[in-house]
Amino acid sequence: MHYSKLVDTDIAYLEGIVGSEHIYVGDAILEDYAHDELGEARAFPEVVVEPDSAEAISAIMRYAFERNIPVTVRGSGTGLCGGCVPIHGGILLSTARLNRILEIDTDNLMATVEPGVILLDFQETVEKMGFLYAPDPGEKSATIGGNVATNAGGMRAVKYGVTRDHVTGLEVVLPNGDIVELGGKVAKNSSGYSLLHLMVGSEGTLGIITKIIVKLLPLPRKVLTLLVPFPSLEQAIETVPKIIRSRVIPQAVEFMERDVILSAEKYLGKTFPHKTAPAYLLLRFDGSSLSELEEIYELVGDICLESGAEDVLIADTPERQDGLWDARGAFLEALKAESEMDEVDVVVPRDKIAVFIRYTKELEKEYGVRIRSFGHAGDGNMHVYILRDEMDREVWKAKMEEIMDRLYDKGSELGGQVSGEHGIGIAKRPYLIRELGDTLIALQRQIKEVFDPKHILNPGKVI
Amino acid sequence: MHFVVCIKQVPEGTEVEIDEEKGVLKREGVESKLNVYDAYALEAAVALKEQYGGTVTVISMGPPQAMAVIREAYTLGADDGYLLSDRAFAGADTLATSYTLAEAIRRLPPVDLILCGMQTTDGDTAQVGPGIAELLNLPHASYVTKIHELGGDSIIVDTDMGDGIETLRIKLPCLLTCTKEVNEPRLPSYRLKRATRDKEITVWDSKALSGANVAYFGLSGSPTQVERIFPPPRGRDKEMWQGSVEELGRRFHDKLKELKFV
Repeated sequence: MHYSKLVDTDIAYLEGIVGSEHIYVGDAILEDYAHDELGEARAFPEVVVEPDSAEAISAIMRYAFERNIPVTVRGSGTGLCGGCVPIHGGILLSTARLNRILEIDTDNLMATVEPGVILLDFQETVEKMGFLYAPDPGEKSATIGGNVATNAGGMRAVKYGVTRDHVTGLEVVLPNGDIVELGGKVAKNSSGYSLLHLMVGSEGTLGIITKIIVKLLPLPRKVLTLLVPFPSLEQAIETVPKIIRSRVIPQAVEFMERDVILSAEKYLGKTFPHKTAPAYLLLRFDGSSLSELEEIYELVGDICLESGAEDVLIADTPERQDGLWDARGAFLEALKAESEMDEVDVVVPRDKIAVFIRYTKELEKEYGVRIRSFGHAGDGNMHVYILRDEMDREVWKAKMEEIMDRLYDKGSELGGQVSGEHGIGIAKRPYLIRELGDTLIALQRQIKEVFDPKHILNPGKVI
Repeated sequence: MHFVVCIKQVPEGTEVEIDEEKGVLKREGVESKLNVYDAYALEAAVALKEQYGGTVTVISMGPPQAMAVIREAYTLGADDGYLLSDRAFAGADTLATSYTLAEAIRRLPPVDLILCGMQTTDGDTAQVGPGIAELLNLPHASYVTKIHELGGDSIIVDTDMGDGIETLRIKLPCLLTCTKEVNEPRLPSYRLKRATRDKEITVWDSKALSGANVAYFGLSGSPTQVERIFPPPRGRDKEMWQGSVEELGRRFHDKLKELKFV
């Protein structure tokens, strides 16, 4: 694909749309815009623009379409697969100024937000009003737009599903500048092909999201967490299907190992309330009263003890729970602080997690590379990190490539998918292409062609 | 070693609502929990027991539903629990509360160390711990931030003096009140909860404390009468003072005089 390089008249035109305060060129472009949180991809855009309306974005896209200039959308840049990195240069379109919560409709239990609203701000705003926005990705400084673009998941997915399950409507600017509305403030929708759901998770390759309608739920009155120490990670993970089978639905089921907890302690400078066991499950339940939750946790507690848990520790107050979830939330940053690393975010059927984790342990031994895993035992989505530590960079990269190939093969063999919640971006593109096979990849590329015939939106990503 | 921990059931949450007309805290519809600071005192006792051996007894004064915090203490490692519950104990201020708890502690097997939270999150007075110690004529230290070691007949602790840390060796038996710095409390154990489900809680009423002066219990033993209870006004004029304890004390005195409060 050949793209036009931006020239002075292009910059002047874009400046006319967004204003001189909201356009950055050359040295004024911060280094941050050249990468995301983890992915290796690194590339500077030729210009950064910060429009504040769908109309402005429409004008930018009409121009870019005509001039054949690539456009990459960026929210908070907290992705892990290079999805927001402008690898073909061109325009980087930041959603930073589209950060208004437009409406919280308590009659329809829906909220309308702009894509640049920060997840944490939104969660806090609706919780103060007694509502829950159920998707709960770990990275709270991400934007809702980014969450929608990657179909982000998070801890509460076990009970409430992922971002896609909570989006009912979108306003989108298409690559040619047309503004369309997909879905709406409706609880049901059987009206033709669901372009809405096609747009969710399309990682900025099909259109630019400018407005999002999401569902709200009544905020559960009580939340309770169990920390369950196990003598081994396998025992911990093998207990999860038994819990699921008991017909209780936890909000979240996370697994973790001691040394990741120790890393998080060091990183946060806080003490974790238990750390003598090799492995842990962290479970969270919500309900309307503590007595309701007590019934549930006693059932789950018995299952855990019968499955060999050392104990079941009850965090029943906010003070007792916060420390646990703060540590869990810091795992990624804590590992990043220790070593260069890259990740695999596969999802497998829930009952196959133990097999997959066992395999990572085998690879760790075979390759002599530190591999650390934690993640969502309740929904089969694991985050596996391959750490460089002191290893020579080239040696590590070569080993990592082999390890990743084998991990994705294993995931596929177990009936899994390449990415559970982080998306494909550029880092996982080869694995997705391999996984989908010729027929499916051809279908996906035809869809891309329909939306974006000139391939100007986030080129080189996903497929 | 016999460790005794005084615990209290308090309303959950950081903001306690107040019924200004009746002059009481609104407790209806509010879930209760173990006073946060008491969890640190209990953890200190259980950790000392694990290190040096002994038993941990918890004692609480309150209505029958306060048994819940004693049950909770069992899940945190306490061995025995006593609830002081009697209408005669109701309406107690910090002095009457200290008296009742002290009289109960006198009737327990000989005690080596009494631990309290530095204060409760509902009353916030920080007086009951030292009050008990005075009534039992025991040495005591408030605002303990660190327990160094328990030796044959004494314990070495750090206490927060506001403008510095004092390290003390205190002769046993004694009483300590604990801050949040003293440790990181463990989480309640479901294993212990299962094991202590039918464990007895000894309930003592005023008769069980026979020999004590009943006039010192409850409302009649409380020189402090609540005249009015109201949430502290917010956003009022405030002055920030800095200086040594002596200077601040003097300024405080002068200010109270100036405002004609004394």
